[in-house]
Formats: sequence, structure tokens, C-alpha cells
Amino acid sequence: MNGTLKRVAVACLAMFALLMINVNFLQAVRAEELRSDARNTRNYYERYAIERGRITAGGKVLAESVETKDPRFKFVRKYPEGKLYAHVTGFFSPESESAIERSENQLLNGSSADLLLRRSIDLFTGEPTKGANVDLTINPKAQKAAYDALRGSGKRGALVALDPKTGGILAMVSLPTYDPAELSGTDKGDVFTRYDELAEEKGQPLLNRTIEQTYPPGSTFKVVTAAAFLEDDSSRGPQTTVDAPQRLPLPNTNISLPNYGGAACGSGQVTLVYALERSCNTPFAKIGMELGYDALKEQTEKFGMGLPIAVPMSVANSDFGDEEDKAALAMASIGQRSNRMTPLQMAMIAAGIANDGKVMKPYLVNKITDAKGDTVDEAEHDELTEAVSSETAAKLREMMVSVVQNGTANLAQVPGVQVAGKTGTAETTDGQPPHAWFISFAPADDPKVALAVIVESGAANVGAEATGGHTAAPIAKAVLEAVLNK
Amino acid sequence: MSEAAVSPVPMPAKRRGAQLVMLAIAVAIVMGAYANVGLAMTGSVPAGMLTYGLGLGGLVLAAYLVLAKFAPWADPLILPLVTLVNGLGLVMIYRLEAAKMPGASATNQIIMTGIGVVLFSVTLLVLRDHRALQRLTYTAGLVGVVLLISPLTPGLGKEINGARIWIGFGSASIQPAEFAKIALVIFFAGYLVAKRDVLALAGRRLLFIDLPRARDLGPVIITWAVAIGVLVLQKDLGSSLLLFGAFVVMLYVATQRTSWVLIGILLFVGGAFLAGQLFSHVGDRFDVWLDPGSDEYYSREFGGSYQIMQGLFGLGAGGILGTGLGQGHPELIPLAFSDFIFSATGEELGLTGLMALLMIYALIVQRGLRTSLAARDPYSKLLAGGLSFILAWQVFIIVGGVTNLIPLTGLVTPFMSQGGSALLANWILIALLVRMSDTARRPPPQAIQNEGLTQVFQR
Repeated sequence: MNGTLKRVAVACLAMFALLMINVNFLQAVRAEELRSDARNTRNYYERYAIERGRITAGGKVLAESVETKDPRFKFVRKYPEGKLYAHVTGFFSPESESAIERSENQLLNGSSADLLLRRSIDLFTGEPTKGANVDLTINPKAQKAAYDALRGSGKRGALVALDPKTGGILAMVSLPTYDPAELSGTDKGDVFTRYDELAEEKGQPLLNRTIEQTYPPGSTFKVVTAAAFLEDDSSRGPQTTVDAPQRLPLPNTNISLPNYGGAACGSGQVTLVYALERSCNTPFAKIGMELGYDALKEQTEKFGMGLPIAVPMSVANSDFGDEEDKAALAMASIGQRSNRMTPLQMAMIAAGIANDGKVMKPYLVNKITDAKGDTVDEAEHDELTEAVSSETAAKLREMMVSVVQNGTANLAQVPGVQVAGKTGTAETTDGQPPHAWFISFAPADDPKVALAVIVESGAANVGAEATGGHTAAPIAKAVLEAVLNK
Repeated sequence: MSEAAVSPVPMPAKRRGAQLVMLAIAVAIVMGAYANVGLAMTGSVPAGMLTYGLGLGGLVLAAYLVLAKFAPWADPLILPLVTLVNGLGLVMIYRLEAAKMPGASATNQIIMTGIGVVLFSVTLLVLRDHRALQRLTYTAGLVGVVLLISPLTPGLGKEINGARIWIGFGSASIQPAEFAKIALVIFFAGYLVAKRDVLALAGRRLLFIDLPRARDLGPVIITWAVAIGVLVLQKDLGSSLLLFGAFVVMLYVATQRTSWVLIGILLFVGGAFLAGQLFSHVGDRFDVWLDPGSDEYYSREFGGSYQIMQGLFGLGAGGILGTGLGQGHPELIPLAFSDFIFSATGEELGLTGLMALLMIYALIVQRGLRTSLAARDPYSKLLAGGLSFILAWQVFIIVGGVTNLIPLTGLVTPFMSQGGSALLANWILIALLVRMSDTARRPPPQAIQNEGLTQVFQR
């Protein structure tokens, strides 16, 4: 019987060998695949197992992880500032995250390679790994001022403010918005239902209009046209005389371009600065046609258009549009054709002019510190492009100051500060009232802030006044005052 | 089997001291694991650790003393190894209960462990010579079959989770198949030893295999019919496979005829295939086995792959080193405290832990088979071999099932899964093995030298 018993023993050995091989196959070879399977809900609990880093700005906590008593959800995400920073911080939902929560996820959750040293130390000291803290460039006062002022308009809209010398984003507001707390709960059903509701809403509260939406820039684009005009010949200046007919016939069409409200622009021969102050259409349309498609497009690109930008959230591409006929070019020169810009791109244009023609790379993350407070990474100030020469920048600055002092943007005046700006009124095709634009920077001699604001369908027809200034400029003023402590 | 061959071999030492040290180590590992769970989950050593630890320690110490007194030559490894597996099972159940998994109850399990160890001791005390069981061959067979079919009795049987394998008395319920398992192995051993010469007679020769005579097929057919009956009527694939497999292997060991194995496999595969065609619950298991990851099976409400995939996700999450006790989410695996306790352990202890665990099981089986080889009479060989094989076979079926090596059939993981019946039955099984190892390792009566002309011949 021993012979057969030995064979049975071999069979038992084979069975255990098979089990062991199979377990090795599962836990070593297939482990990663099984671990990351979308149906593996462990990933979901894993999200709540570590103390995620904080998101702060100007000493304010925008997002933090709070310890709970529930062993399944050890840390939950809280947003003490509610809706105010929703588009900046984003949300932290059971399966995904957005905005900074997404872009800086690996640092916030501690898995980034940059935190390897910290993790190794924690491993030896036995401390639980904590995520790194992310400090933003946002100026809480400016953010609050922008949010309140934009909300006060009762319209949808967006505002983004930059530090022109560094590129740091000082305010980023998009309305309507949402409460990140609603999308950061641990109950998948609740969160997904709420998300679907928000995604369905007509006002698109989940859309960050400052970087994800492009609009026709309207008259604010005249600054770019003016920049190209000045760059074309350095002898030109604010006092250069330009043609300003009441109506400009467009080539190869039987229509002619009027000024806003059909008004005359001076005597038909005006200075460049006067044309910008009054936001006359005809001189800029004419300039644009003379300069040509390539020159205008090139000038826009010099302001950063078309460059891939991540702040670190990636920014939608602004576009000058394809080359069409002269009539189209005339319309594009006053921002009313196929050119579409994000509010951030418009803010970069203002910032470039403010910063002697140099456009700085916009960014949101000021500093990353690990859980112990040691700096992991700090923002660098990178020049993105050189948009115009410093001489041209000075001329543009002078004209834009004049726009605020004497022209359409008088509502943006801040006592004791030289404010530069340009209004815009962008016609929309769908029969809605036009969008109100305003780009600005201040103080003109030593710029601390540059911004762009758009109020969707905000340019109600309020008489002959160039109306971008009427709704958008006061909002900009509130932010300028907040940054400049006025 | 030449009994005389045993005498010149140096007799094994008793190694009781080593056994005591290994028992202490096993209890220490289990207590360490308890502390680990508490520290990971609540940040403090669990209050009950000392009670549990001392309780377990006291129990196995008592078992050790009984063993040292009444089975002094017993294999020293079996008890410590079983203690370790049992203890780890307790820790896993404790850990799942701490995660508020409904159904997991460490208190119940430790009480059952206590009763199991008591039964182990009682078996050793009462059964001084396991060959007494040979006289109970047919009684054991009857008891086994009655136990096996008892869940089918109206009013007594209970159906839980789709399988009718429980009988209930009020709120308590037991799984009679676990006890039937032992009774039937005792029956098979006694029966086969008696009939093996007849069963080994060669009939016709087909190709290179000697077929048994047709009239000897009776017992095989009957066992097969019972196994298929269990499969169909109780929907208990696991027990069916377990019993039939054990019978075929014991038949092979007794008769040394490969043909029995082939006939057995053919019969079972044929029966299972037919059952798969006829009964959806059997067919489903096959479909799921072939492609557990498919969304269709995963989302199927009954007979789908949700359970097994959750188990596999757990294993994947564990990886090579595991998440650490108390730091994974084994409570997400359905039935993590019973059928899927192996997956739950794999998540927290990782590949490393599972390899160790499988090695412990393999060692227990190896000690059992060694006992079988060392035994001096055919009945003991067959009984020890059968009991060892059924243990290995059970581990293979359930662990292979939850790791998708073979189609999943419900069976408990010996000594780990929560459930009193299985625990008690397995402790009795271990007591039988220990008893037999004592007999096998006990030195034969020494020849008395220099006593005049009297010669005592060794038998």
C-alpha cells in the first residue's frame, strides 16, 4: 500500500503546488490589473484613507481633510470657503477630482515622486504618510471682491486677475458656480446625482469660464490691433492720425461697417488715442485690413494665443480664426469675427502691456510644502512671450489710461490710481444681448494687477454709451481696489 | 507491507518539549496578530487580546497535556500547526467583526474552537486504539449517509444561501456533512480493507489498463450516486466533490488499481457535465470559472462572478506583502469570514502570508501521510491516508475555488472559516490522525534479552 500512498502524497504535493503557483500568479503577476479594476471599490476607500494636503491661499484654508470617526472614511474633504473658490480648488468626489484637486492630486495625496524622501522618512519613523500642502497665488481679498461684484451683476460671467510681473493668478471667478462640498461627499449616489443635476443646468455651473470657455473678444481686441499697428512702424504713436469714417464700406460686400450705435467718430480724421477712447470701429477695421491677416494673427500669438498653457489646469485654446476675405478681417480687427478668446487670454494681453510688453506665464500654484512644512517646490516666474517692444507697451499703456480717464471706461476709475483699461461689447449671434468685456491693469506706472472680466449678455442696451464699460468696468474696479488696498 | 521492516529503524523521539515550544510560538503569533489588528484599526491593543490569547493558550496547553499523557508518541507538529491556522482564522474573523461585517462573530468562533479542542482531547481520551473503529465500519457508513441526507428531511433541514446543507434545532444549525465526512472515511477504510482483494481482481484488459470486474462496480456506483444526489438535491457541489474524490483515492490506495481512478474521474466528470446541462446552478459555476471578469457574469444577481471577483480584487489589493492586518478592506468580500476567508487573509497578509498558510496546510497533510506510511497495518494506513487526503482535497477545492483555479464550490476552509460544525469535525479528524501517529511511532514491544531460553519473537 505504501506505493500508492506515496503516489497520493505526490498528488497532494501537486495540488498544493498548483495552489501556490496560482496565488503567485494572482498576487504578483495580475495584482496591478486586479487592484486597478474599476469595479474594485477598494480604490474608493483608499481615497479617504490618507490625510490629503491642504489647499491654501493668502493664509486662508480653501480645502482640507478632516479626520472622522468612520473607519471606512478616515478623512473627508472640507471646503471652508464654500462656493467662493469652487473653480480654483475643484472638488474631490468618490471617483474623480477637478481643478487643483486634480492637477496636484499626486502631491496632495502624497504619492508624487517629489515626496519620496518624506515618505521614506515616514516609513522609518512610523508616521502615517500625509499629502503635501498646496499654496496658491490667489489673493483672497481680490477673489472675494470679484465674486461679490460679479454676483452683484446678477449675470453669468468670469473674472481673472493676474500679477503682471510674475504671472501669478490673483483671482479666478466664474459664475454661476457650485458648492464643492456637494460633490465631495463620500456617498457615491448623492454625489453623482448632484453632479448630473449640475451638468444638466443651463448656466453650466461646472464650467470654469475663465479658462475653459472662449468668447468673441469684441472691442477689447482693438488693443491688439493697435499693438500690431504701433509695432508695424515705431514712428507711430497715440497722436498718429487715422481715418475714422462714419461708415466703412467692406470690400466685396454691399454692407458697410458703422461705429457703435451708428455714431460719428470725431471729424473723420482722429488720433489713435481718440479712436481707442471712443472705441470707434471704423479706424481699427481699416487698420486691420491694411496690416493684413498675418500681421494681426502674429500679434495675437505674441500675446500667448495658441500656446499650450496649464495653470496647472489646462487652458482652452484661444483662436484668431481662419483666413477669410478682407471684410472678415475688418470684423476680426474689432473682435467680432471668428476670433475667440478665453478671459485668461485677454487678461494676459492686459498683463503683457502692463509688464513692458512681456507676457509672463500664468500660474496658480505658489508653493508646495510637505506635511512638515518643508518646501518641496516653489513657483518660478517664466516669461511666456515678448508681445510688443517696451516702447509700444508704453504707448498702449498711455492710451489705455486715457480710455479710463476720458473714454468709455470711466466707471473703472480708482481715486488716486492711474488705471488703464479697454472696454468691449461682443455681439453674440443668438439674439441675446451682447457680452460686456473689460480688460484693465493698475497702477499704470507700476502695475500690480491686470485683469479681464466678462459679463455674459451683460451689455444691456443703455443708450449710446459703450456698454462694456457700464457693467464690466465697475466689477474690475472692485477687484483693483481690493488688490491695491484702496 | 512488511511489519518486520520497522524494527531496525531507530525509533523517533517523542519531542514533546519541541512541541510545547512550537505551541507557544503558535499562540504568540496569534496574539501578535491580534495586537496588530487592534493597533491598525483603533490605535490600541485590543482589550480582549489577553483574554483571547490566554484562553487559546490555556486550551491548547490542556490539549497538549492530554496528548502528552495519552498519546505520548504522537507527531509533535500536527497540534501546533493546527493551532496556528485556527488562531489565524480567529484573528481574521475578529478583524472582520471589528469592521462591522454582518455575520462575523469572533466570540462564537472562539467558543467553537474551545469545544473543538475539548472534543480533540475527549477523542484522544476515549479512543485509546483507533482500530476499534474498524469494528464500527458499517455503523459509521450508516451514520455517514444519514447525516449526509439529513438536511433533506422536511422540517429539520434548512436552506441557506441556496444550498440545503444545514439542519436546524431552534436557532442553532449544524452542517451534518462535515461530520459525515469523517464517518464516511472511517467506513471507506473499513470496507475497502475488507474487500480490497476482491476489488483488486482484474477483469478485462482494455488497452494497457486492467479493468475491474463488472460485478465489483457496485460500491463505486453507489458512492457515485450518493455524491451526485448530494450535488443535485442539496446543491452542494463542494461536499459532493469532496466525498467522491476521497472515495476514489482510497479505493486506489487499497486496490493499487489505476483503473479505479480513471473510472471514478470519468463517472464524476460525466455526472457533473450532465448536472451542468440540467441544472443552472452547476452550469453557472462553469461559465463563471471560464470568464469571471466579464461584466455580464459580474452583474448577474444569482450565480454570477461578483463574489469571486471581489475575492480576487482583495488578493490583488494585497499584492506581495499584503496591506497589513486591519489595514485592507476584506469586509468588501462577500462571505469573507467563511468561504472567502482565504481571499480576506490574502488581502491583508499578501502573497507572503498565503504561501506560509498553504505551507502550513501542506505540512499538516504531510504529517498525516507520513503517519499513514509509518502505520503498521493496512486499516491504519488507509484511514490515515484517507483523512490526510480529504484535508488536502478540501483545501484544494475551496482555495482553488476562491482563486479561480477550479470552478468555485462552497466548502469551508479547514480550521479558518467561521462555522462550528466544520471546526468540531476537523478537530476530531486531527485527533484521529494524532492517535494514529502515536500508534505508528510507538516503538514495538522490545524483545526481552537474556532470559534463558525464552525467546520472544517480534510479530
